[in-house]
Amino acid sequence: MANTTGLWSHWAGYLVAEKYQMSEKFEYFAVRNSVGVFDTSPLYKHRITGPGAEHYLAGVLARNIHRCRPGQAQYTVWCDDRGFVVEDGVVLRLAPDEFMLTAARPNLAYLQGLIGHEAVEIEDVSARWGTLAVQGPRARTVLEPLVPEIAGLGYFDLVPAKLGDTAVTISRTGYTGGLGYEVWVPAEDAVAVWDAVAEAGAGHGMLPFGQVALLMARIEAGLLLIDVDFESSRFAFNDEHRSTPLELGFGWMLRDLDNDDRAFIGRNAIVRERAEGTSRWKMVGLVVDWHEYDTLYTAAGLIPPKDHIPVTDDFMLYDTGSDRVGYATSLMYSPMLQRHIAIARVRPDLAATGTKVDLEVTINHRYRRVGARVARMPLYNPAHKTA
Amino acid sequence: MPTSRSYDAIVIGAGHNGLINGAYLARAGLRTLIVERRHLVGGAAITEELIPGFQFTTFSYALSLLRPDIIHELELPRFGFMPLLMPFGFHPAENGDHLLMGTDRFENLHQIARRSPADADAYEQYRHDVAQVCQAIKPLLDQIPPDIFSKDPDELRRMAALAGHLRSLEPRVLHNAVRLLTGSAADFLDDYFEDELLKGYLASSSIIGSKLGPRSQGSGLVLLYHKLGEHDGSFGSWAFHKGGNGGFTQVLSRAAEGFGAEILLNAPVASVTTSNGRATGIALEDGTELRAATVVSSLDPRRTFLELVEPRELPADLVENINRFKFQGTSAKVNFALDGLPRFPGLPADGAHFRGFTNIGPTIDYLEHAYDDAKYGWYSARPYIDSAVQSTIDPDMAPPGKHVMSCFVQYAPYHLRESDWDTEREAFGDTVQATLESFFPGFGDLVIHREVVTPLDIERVVGLSEGNIFAGEFFAPQMFFFRPAPGWNQYRTPIEGYYQCGSGTHPGGCVMGAPGRLASQQILKDLVARY
Repeated sequence: MANTTGLWSHWAGYLVAEKYQMSEKFEYFAVRNSVGVFDTSPLYKHRITGPGAEHYLAGVLARNIHRCRPGQAQYTVWCDDRGFVVEDGVVLRLAPDEFMLTAARPNLAYLQGLIGHEAVEIEDVSARWGTLAVQGPRARTVLEPLVPEIAGLGYFDLVPAKLGDTAVTISRTGYTGGLGYEVWVPAEDAVAVWDAVAEAGAGHGMLPFGQVALLMARIEAGLLLIDVDFESSRFAFNDEHRSTPLELGFGWMLRDLDNDDRAFIGRNAIVRERAEGTSRWKMVGLVVDWHEYDTLYTAAGLIPPKDHIPVTDDFMLYDTGSDRVGYATSLMYSPMLQRHIAIARVRPDLAATGTKVDLEVTINHRYRRVGARVARMPLYNPAHKTA
Repeated sequence: MPTSRSYDAIVIGAGHNGLINGAYLARAGLRTLIVERRHLVGGAAITEELIPGFQFTTFSYALSLLRPDIIHELELPRFGFMPLLMPFGFHPAENGDHLLMGTDRFENLHQIARRSPADADAYEQYRHDVAQVCQAIKPLLDQIPPDIFSKDPDELRRMAALAGHLRSLEPRVLHNAVRLLTGSAADFLDDYFEDELLKGYLASSSIIGSKLGPRSQGSGLVLLYHKLGEHDGSFGSWAFHKGGNGGFTQVLSRAAEGFGAEILLNAPVASVTTSNGRATGIALEDGTELRAATVVSSLDPRRTFLELVEPRELPADLVENINRFKFQGTSAKVNFALDGLPRFPGLPADGAHFRGFTNIGPTIDYLEHAYDDAKYGWYSARPYIDSAVQSTIDPDMAPPGKHVMSCFVQYAPYHLRESDWDTEREAFGDTVQATLESFFPGFGDLVIHREVVTPLDIERVVGLSEGNIFAGEFFAPQMFFFRPAPGWNQYRTPIEGYYQCGSGTHPGGCVMGAPGRLASQQILKDLVARY
């Protein structure tokens, strides 16, 4: 359970493992076939408390926090007043007046600036909490003997529990798209939790997994990544680099707006965008036509590359003519699906499942186009994710 | 019971090729029945729980050559296809040294350079040369081979296209292809490397499944075959399917049924019924007759031509060729349930090096000595063992903390001099276990259960004649234009409507699936021409 590669990188100021042994694909398969553990501790965590906390979040978050009861979690986004996404994260409702909001970037000043006269306190507790993600079809088998409290824990539910002598919170959440839990633990007890989980996982094929395997899994799972698939509106230089929730495919979060009278930041713009149909893009999954792909490379005298390591450059998308109709932001070869897949945005009129677009790739130093079809995300969606 | 007495197509045998063939025929809209003698599908690609919690890959044990087209055309990921990566190749030496090859290119070069700096860049050249040959040969695996004897304009065009393809290759690539296809693996490897341990590691692919030593001419072809797999776009890489190769044939079974094929188990076929030189269906051993205008045998050539139909109905030259078709199986399996991971004294106790194939066959001399025994009708005193502790890849294969270890063993010639396999079974198992003990001290103490599978068992249980795992040797006179016999390399038989789709047809054995797929293309083409 140690990083044997000597390779480290940085995440939010912390040293993190790219992979723990030389094959990231082996770690990926542990997540898909047995169980993997990932140290999510560097994630930013904001604790929001006080009698006004729920009302405050109802005005800040685009998704309706009133629907998140104590003991539940929500994946959510927050927007600026023009309806552009600032950031996304998971909010845990630990008690009626106590929330923890995760984010990939620091948001404390921004969130505090929105408090106004609400009876709310917000603090950055990132360094105070460790988070261990236990992900994969065997996650429950490994964790349940340690923390029987998770028996019957539903998707995006959470429960306080004792892991050994340590008080933890366990949520049925993760960033891999399968069955998974995250253990939220006070920082000083984090190492003990890691050790206990490692011991429980022995014999179950459990592996620690690093950034690379995580980023593979999240593309298959259709989970967006900031600064890759979208950017924060706060730090964009122009609207080309901003996206609305509808453009990112988060319309499902806002489906119930007619029965939801919250005045949240961005609401008016979002309502207008939806009524007038002014979304520029729609986030979709793409599945590359394997036959065209293989044929193109083979005809060029090359072995068709099938690299599972995600590429996060922009890849242009075209219609059958020469119009650029979108771009892919995350592209990889999926070992589970045996196809090249991508997270992409296309013009809304091309977002229907099965629509054909052309993906631009470089072969023999020339731009070439290979067919791809629009598909519903998540592209990988096993029954055990929610069962 | 089958739901009907009459089908468009009946496929005999639910091994991987039978399942693939049946799936394609059903996908094309034919009412298809796949009949299987045993109580389970898979043929030689099965997984069995011999003792509670321990899953044994009785026969076939890994995946590489499966044609990518099949994965996509039969939508296998939708039916549970899951080829798990094996991150290591572990090659222990007899003196306690070892090679441990992983997924990182430069770590591998470092491993090699530790013993011979010159071999490090030779290894890069070797891999590139072999990959180029694979790239050149690969198209031949995915098409029905031309009939060199036919004067049909279509066939003449295909022969010209083949010649054109060969002419389009760089001279060096074509020459390397011929060196591999006709020469010995030892000669080929000697041209690159000096380190005996590295040569032994690479040479092991040249003997698997074949009655050849690494110094035999023709072993290069077997080596090449084992590099032709392009699992996830990488030539020569192998995977372990979730649940073993039995897990894989379960996927195929679901796919076949998903496309509408019926599978009938416990239904041994007595014969293919014919009328006026045309296939009319099959007769089961229990007397049931089932009708179909298309009957496909996935069994080996001996059974396809000499047992399922009357050889007297066939042309004499075909019967002669099938009679002398070489099977001469020389492979066996010894599978273990283990109480823990074996220990190799020079490497960490966590046993990460067992996450892949462990290759017991340190040098070309070792392999060639093992072959010497077989030449004179006996099994190797120090056998070659291609082993895999599969539970380190897929924890579903054994209970937590326990393991299963699959050992493919050579040489074990089908015909034993002055004895037989039922007599020698346990002595042979002891020989294999003693060999493992010599590399992994204490191995014997870990053994909970041992399963010995002799070539005779392979023949009896799977039905592969003389236990040849490829349904016929990979010898040049039995390949491409001539597999299984001159003039009958396009999956047809002299009996109209009767086809062959097993590994005894082009391009041959391994869990490749190409025979099943290509035969379905021929069948569907013929059906269009007929109607």
